[in-house]
Amino acid sequence: MAFQLSPEQTREADEIIARYPTKRAACLPLLWLCQRQTGWTNDEVIAFVAEKLELSTAAVKGVVTFYTMFHEKKVAPNVVWVCRTLSCELRGAKAVQEHMEKRFGCSAGGTSTDGKFTLLKAECLAACGQAPMIQVNDDYYEDLTIEKLDAVLDQIAAKTPEGK
Amino acid sequence: MSNSFSPVLTKRYGIEGSETLAVAEKHGVYTVARRALTEMTPDQLKDEVKKGSIRGRGGAGFPAGVKWGFLNPGPDNQVYLVVNGDESEPGTFKDRTIMVKDPHRLLEGCLIACKAIGAHKCWIYVRGELAHAIKVLDKAIAEARAKGYIGATPFGTDYPIDIYTHSGAGAYICGEETALLNSLEGRRGEPRLKPPFPAIKGVFDQPTIVNNIETIAQVPDIIEMGGDAWAAMSRLGPADGGSRLYGISGHVKRPGVYEAPVGITMRQLIDEYGGGMLNDERPLKGVIPGGSSTPVLRPDRLVDAPAEDHPLHAWHGKSEIDVPMGVETYRALGTMLGTCCAIVMDTSVNMVDVARNLMRFYGHESCGQCTPCREGSGWLVDLLDHMAEGKGKDTDTQLLADVANNMMGNTICAFAEGTAMPMLGLIRQFTDEFTEAAKNGTGAGRMDDSALALIGAAP
Ligand SMILES: Cc1cc2nc3c(=O)[nH]c(=O)nc-3n(C[C@H](O)[C@H](O)[C@H](O)COP(=O)(O)O)c2cc1C
Ligand code: FES
Repeated sequence: MAFQLSPEQTREADEIIARYPTKRAACLPLLWLCQRQTGWTNDEVIAFVAEKLELSTAAVKGVVTFYTMFHEKKVAPNVVWVCRTLSCELRGAKAVQEHMEKRFGCSAGGTSTDGKFTLLKAECLAACGQAPMIQVNDDYYEDLTIEKLDAVLDQIAAKTPEGK
Repeated sequence: MSNSFSPVLTKRYGIEGSETLAVAEKHGVYTVARRALTEMTPDQLKDEVKKGSIRGRGGAGFPAGVKWGFLNPGPDNQVYLVVNGDESEPGTFKDRTIMVKDPHRLLEGCLIACKAIGAHKCWIYVRGELAHAIKVLDKAIAEARAKGYIGATPFGTDYPIDIYTHSGAGAYICGEETALLNSLEGRRGEPRLKPPFPAIKGVFDQPTIVNNIETIAQVPDIIEMGGDAWAAMSRLGPADGGSRLYGISGHVKRPGVYEAPVGITMRQLIDEYGGGMLNDERPLKGVIPGGSSTPVLRPDRLVDAPAEDHPLHAWHGKSEIDVPMGVETYRALGTMLGTCCAIVMDTSVNMVDVARNLMRFYGHESCGQCTPCREGSGWLVDLLDHMAEGKGKDTDTQLLADVANNMMGNTICAFAEGTAMPMLGLIRQFTDEFTEAAKNGTGAGRMDDSALALIGAAP
């Protein structure tokens, strides 16, 4: 089915487009708006944004593939990014990742057996002074120990409805 | 702590509710913008910023006042201000504190800078991962707009100013200013050839000033104190003025962001601000001074500047970490001040593993436009993987250096230098470790996890 925005989101999209001197400039914000609704950026989203901004689908696809935060594959309701860059690595980021892999029953790039978490490796997330850290959806969880990590994940899991 | 310095930029950090307009205003925010917009001319504003000699806080250290002077718009041009909140250089986590803890001061800086450079529109480009910071900023913008500080008639003047955030979506290279402009235009974040520089032809083909978040957030302080007084806070004299944010991460007891005068030493940053080394039994081995692209320093390496006219002569024979941290002093030292956010490493660390971690980052983040960078960064990763796993050859250290050298100066943007310089720096400072790894690998192949156990225990 073709992708659509709600009337309210359509107003938001039009307001965003009006901020820029070119329609094309609204490409990233619109992709964000759509991905927040669908959870990922599939071909329908790309076609929708292309039509709305009078761009070719190839142009929009080229943008989508450039940026790591647009998910080209379906992801779980909670996307967990674990930072593995130097400042985090110096303070145990690898152990954090390994613990989650065990807990989720998947390796980085995969989705947990209960379907609630997708685990991805990230590069420096600008929280180096609070290392090690993870990002779950829009939120950062910092100064982690394994105990703290489990508490965070327990809490998020409890809030996430069952079913894939 | 350091004698008689009281914070300027961070003085509202930690005040409850400082992200709301009411609290920010109670603590003085927007008084400077009101004065700048109602009483001061663009030339007066630019003069103060020039006198402040603020060096760009985004990494290259270019004087902001000079950059603003490059603008020369024609009658049909529209000047834009673009504020760089991409903050993606590994080890760097300072701009985020401004956006989250004092967003209205940043907006005040945007208003003043717009007036100074003749812009009516400003975009704050923030990396997509910092969604929480974008929410805080958007809310602050909405509040300031409702109050009439942003919009058609800021502070009752007829000088309209609009400010918007623009979210990135995950790509280190979008911190490079021309890649950022492409990203803002809705394109892939690939850097552009310079010249033309953004001040001549930037976003939407219009003259554009790109400045770092911290640079812009310090503008109100400069105007408030006056350029000369602001500059005088620095311990390095008139060419590199003011106070700035220092970040410190890695193996220290109190990692974090601290404001201090320009020109404290790395030793002070580690011992006085960072609380000393994380594990008292493991001394400092090396420190990456200003984000991952800056060559590493060693505490046991002494400054060699016997000639009296050498810029570092005053520190001849002292440790590298006793040289004051400034744009010029660090350049003379063979490294760069960069983002002024240090990554501290103790003796548990193997520098080949460090190189491997960082080069994996660059290999992943190269935008792929230029062959030397795309291929070179990949080869560095492959060579280091082999070395670390014990499959290296005697010639590998030299080969690493050759690959890195061939990346320099052969690409559209400075990403390749930012990759090659730390690689060459690690080899230069820790040659033995590379020679040894080429023979026998790095053993564990992972960093020591014992830091994790110490984190809870640190004060
Ligand atoms: C690869 C690369 C990444 C960069 N990343 C950032 C960044 O994340 N934030 C930033 O402010 N500047 C970054 N810069 C520097 C910008 O190109 C530009 O110099 C800076 O935003 C100008 O602001 P300033 O003069 O206030 O420092 C980067 C440069 C390069 C070459
Ligand atoms: S290294 Fe992990 S947040 Fe910077």
